[in-house]
Amino acid sequence: MSIVLAIAVLGLMSLVFGALLGYASVKFKVEGDPLAIQIDELLPQTQCGQCGYPGCKPYAEAVANGEAINKCAPGGEATIKKIADLMGVDVQPLDESHETNNLPKVAFIIEQDCIGCTKCIQACPVDAIMGAAKQMHTIISDECTGCDLCVAPCPVDCIKMIPIEPSIQHWRWDLEQISIVNVD
Amino acid sequence: MLMTDYLLLLIGTVLVNNFVLVKFLGLCPFMGVSSRTETAIGMSLATTFVMTLASLLSYLVNQYILLPLSLNYLNTMAFILVIAVVVQFTEMVVHKTSPNLYRLLGIFLPLITTNCAVLGVALLNLYQKHNFFESIIYGFGAALGFSLVLILFSAMREKIVNADVPSPFKGAAIAMITAGLMSLAFMGFTGLVKF
Repeated sequence: MSIVLAIAVLGLMSLVFGALLGYASVKFKVEGDPLAIQIDELLPQTQCGQCGYPGCKPYAEAVANGEAINKCAPGGEATIKKIADLMGVDVQPLDESHETNNLPKVAFIIEQDCIGCTKCIQACPVDAIMGAAKQMHTIISDECTGCDLCVAPCPVDCIKMIPIEPSIQHWRWDLEQISIVNVD
Repeated sequence: MLMTDYLLLLIGTVLVNNFVLVKFLGLCPFMGVSSRTETAIGMSLATTFVMTLASLLSYLVNQYILLPLSLNYLNTMAFILVIAVVVQFTEMVVHKTSPNLYRLLGIFLPLITTNCAVLGVALLNLYQKHNFFESIIYGFGAALGFSLVLILFSAMREKIVNADVPSPFKGAAIAMITAGLMSLAFMGFTGLVKF
């Protein structure tokens, strides 16, 4: 008799607690992954795919699940620092595969070679290429984020990536190039 | 019971009978979550919440469900059930309110369930025949003591990372030695309260 009572008591307690937890899970429901949304807001939204993910949001979700924070080439050091602050981890240098040449770049179409195939227009994540089928294409350089994605699809290799010349609008502040020396 | 007795119980639990360093309960999160102070603070808050609530609820469960039905032998099992529920609830609240803390605590948040200090508080309340308020104060004091040493220890570990430690002692070894020295220091509080 005692064992039936014990089972009944534990069963009832479990039932009550289960109901409480069920109510709490509805009450405290989390929509999506809040951390991924916060990271996504820090990314530059160029959707360039240089990190190896199909866009900024998938990369943000991957970072929230423990992917390295240093793969966003368009965001550069500034974005890495912001993500590091948010996640409470250490700042890392930009991923090595991008580090060799992270000058700001812009795509350029050699217009006499262009055959008007529209393949680069389909590849461009920010709609910075203007043109139509069998018409010559051109780059809207203000919109171009320098993501390299249009280079590979071009069948006649008429797209070049050219570094942006420093000007008053695009000044490269090389403050970090000044080396820090300990004074004895 | 007088107010001073409650205060004495609280201070005695926090310092003299510290759960981590004197009773050696809850060592897993003490070593596991102490590498960063921020995480340690988050863990302390979560554990304080769970311990206080769990000791309150287990007192109620014992007093009003198990004792009248003379099912005393079920207390460990019933307390584990109570603790699991409180932890699950805390996890939901933390996930909702602080996603970053939720990620930092990671596996240690659900592992509060198996933090023996939490079950220890519930069972010791029973063995020491604490009443309702004593149980709450004992649970809160135990959690406060746990938080105190966890945060102190994490602050020390952050310093130790930058220290020039001899290579055989690097990493976990020096952390263990530090914990041992802290324990020795806390044993010194034994003379604080004279009964």
